Amino acid sequence: MKNSLLYLLAISVMIATIFSCKPKNASSAAGSDAAEKSYVPPGKYDEFYNFVSGGFSGQMSVYGLPSGRLFRVIPVFSVDPEKGWGYSEETKPMLNTSHGFVPWDDLHHIELSQTKGEQNGKWAFANANNTPRLARVDLKTFRTAEILELPNSGGNHSSPFGTENSEYIVAGTRFSVPGDNDNGDVPISSYKQNFKGHISFVSVDPTSGEMKVAFQLRTPGVNFDLARSGKGKSHGWFFFSCYNSEQANTLLEVNASQKDKDFIMAVNWKKAEEYIKAGKGKKTPVKYAHNVFDESTQTSKSTIMDEVLVLDIAEIKDICYFIPCPKSPHGCDVDPTGEYIVGSGKLAALIPVFSFDKIQKAIGDKAYDGDYQGIPVIKYEAALYGEVKKPGLGPLHTEFDAKGNAYTSFFVSSEIVKWNIKDLKVLDRAPTFYSVGHLCVPGGNTVKPWGKYLIAYNKITKDRYLPTGPELTQSAQLYDISGDKMQMILDFPTIGEPHYAQAAPADLIRNNGQLKIYKLADNKNPYKTNGEQESKVVREGNKVHVYMTAIRSHFSPDNIEGIKMGDDVYFHITNLEQDWDVPHGFAIKGANNGELLIMPGETCTLKWTPDKIGIFPMYCTDFCSALHQEMQGYVRVSPSGSKTPLQFSLGKNSPSLPESN
Amino acid sequence: MKKFLILFAFIGILYSCGNNNKPDATSNSEQPKSMVSDPSSYDPHRGEGKHTTVEISEKIDDTMAETGSKIQSVKCASCHKLSDEKLVGPGWKGVTSRRKPEWIMNFITNPDPMIDKDPALQAQLELCLVRMPNQGLSDTDARAILEFMRKNDVAK
Repeated sequence: MKNSLLYLLAISVMIATIFSCKPKNASSAAGSDAAEKSYVPPGKYDEFYNFVSGGFSGQMSVYGLPSGRLFRVIPVFSVDPEKGWGYSEETKPMLNTSHGFVPWDDLHHIELSQTKGEQNGKWAFANANNTPRLARVDLKTFRTAEILELPNSGGNHSSPFGTENSEYIVAGTRFSVPGDNDNGDVPISSYKQNFKGHISFVSVDPTSGEMKVAFQLRTPGVNFDLARSGKGKSHGWFFFSCYNSEQANTLLEVNASQKDKDFIMAVNWKKAEEYIKAGKGKKTPVKYAHNVFDESTQTSKSTIMDEVLVLDIAEIKDICYFIPCPKSPHGCDVDPTGEYIVGSGKLAALIPVFSFDKIQKAIGDKAYDGDYQGIPVIKYEAALYGEVKKPGLGPLHTEFDAKGNAYTSFFVSSEIVKWNIKDLKVLDRAPTFYSVGHLCVPGGNTVKPWGKYLIAYNKITKDRYLPTGPELTQSAQLYDISGDKMQMILDFPTIGEPHYAQAAPADLIRNNGQLKIYKLADNKNPYKTNGEQESKVVREGNKVHVYMTAIRSHFSPDNIEGIKMGDDVYFHITNLEQDWDVPHGFAIKGANNGELLIMPGETCTLKWTPDKIGIFPMYCTDFCSALHQEMQGYVRVSPSGSKTPLQFSLGKNSPSLPESN
Repeated sequence: MKKFLILFAFIGILYSCGNNNKPDATSNSEQPKSMVSDPSSYDPHRGEGKHTTVEISEKIDDTMAETGSKIQSVKCASCHKLSDEKLVGPGWKGVTSRRKPEWIMNFITNPDPMIDKDPALQAQLELCLVRMPNQGLSDTDARAILEFMRKNDVAK
């Protein structure tokens, strides 16, 4: 009796559960309660911020998890006319390089700043993969605060991974090239003699965040791919995956896939630091730009630096060690304890896991298998903890949860594989749609993973979304990893192309002292207009400076006459609002430029060179009040040499003017 | 025993549907408020905000009024004239005789909730159509502006 009652109850629970939760027409690979798990009702907040690389868009995007809602696209390495980034006079210097103004790049990876191996919610770092640069985004303003160019480099791919207190963010060159100070006019086929790798250790000021190339390691010419710092017991070490140990300079697809094993390079950066302190770094003349956005003047400044300290690892023997790693390693990931280093060979059918303790012992015992270009090569077995057998095809990247599990993406077999770090057993596998690249577990690269979700960033979305011509949306997929089995709960489109991403708890970011307005009293922009009565138009030769204010809903002045052909007009617009989320926009007809989007209390400058005689309308582009459509004005442009006097007004007509010549 | 089992089944149902991954429940947990709030608790003489009593002396404090004048020119003058003429918002002349000091201090530091509740402000909004923005005034700023308004009303 008792048993049958229990049985009945169990059935009724099951039925009730199915009826109450199962969405109608559940037809995807997603679980039946996926909607409930990823749904964030209107007016509610997400649990995590997800900072996602924008790939060839050059930008960083910010999503909420688990909803997959897009909150913001932060312009970093590419101009953004919507926000005036790279168009306003204040932001143009941010995109300056030793090659001049570079308006685009390819942003691949994100690193959130850390204290003691845990996320601290201060900054997000990002790399530029084409013209090698490193950026720091301030998470109080969600704006790019600094961009640092990297000398001696060709494509900053192995970046921006950081140490456990963000002491250093690294930047390893993907392309080895002749050093900037070496003669670069050499045959390409002289790769082996003339091409070198450089890895920059960029120090980060713990208070201001300001970045500086502390030193570079000069290495044999190979391709550096990805990297992770040690943590906990392995703090003080860094691990870089490298491929093309064949040193091919053409048809790398074939020629860089010859050897059975390439390398993970272990770097003792504490030791390198000691050598630098002892003056062993070689001062090398180079040119690279360092661009900083000053919050108080709201203006950026670009400085060309002319020297870098270089340590040649072939000369200084005890900094770097190569560890053989099968088949062109890509991902190189360190588990939360700092003991296990996971190498992922793009063409491999197994995952080697190396042990930090064994690496230390191998170095102590000199358990070497010869050297590579003068750098000791540790015996594979001497460094190896074990291999994950038959995990899938084409392992790329690994993230971790707090329960001792690892999650590895498999590009070729389009799946995510969950495995246990200790016993190296495969626990679960889930398909991705399709061809997954990077993975992200919130805090999954730190000593304290938050777990709960896993996001896969896919390379192909064919048939997952409504078609949009030859190119389809980029996409991410969200998995619930709180249980034993991974469960797909959401597809969400992303800006293109998503590579690596990191996620942090919402409270860590939103309670970090978010900036809501720029206080007018603290605005030190030299072109600030301190209240409407100070608005004015000043001519300096053929430069005309318009000191303009904006407030709901008018500009002052809004009628300007006496501009002449041949003038360069600078609109310096101060937004007098002091309330959160009330930007004003500014645009003028015919400007070969973007708009301005001016935050409350901020001053921004748009340069405009009139190209025709006539009347040019200007207006506010960001809906600001019920009378936003009235927020407009006119500029009169007269022939060069005209006698039209320079005048400006608001709310009254200009005195009648003599006919201009 | 039976009761216990039924309770158990019930908990099972709740658990399977209700407790999974509740998104951030610490924020915005109250029901959305109506855009038109209950006016019964609103005091139209004092307004709404942290200023309950404002001490003013017979004599104008010229130094304080001068500070107020400077703030006014940056943060207020775009929309308010010192005469009784309307610009974006109403002119300031006579405001200190029309309104209590507490109401003024509350309104300029806490405009949004007051616009939602104050019948006179709602009537004003129908004329001006632009909600007075929160200009981020400190208490000292607000007091200085009040003093400047008083001075402006004394001046001929």
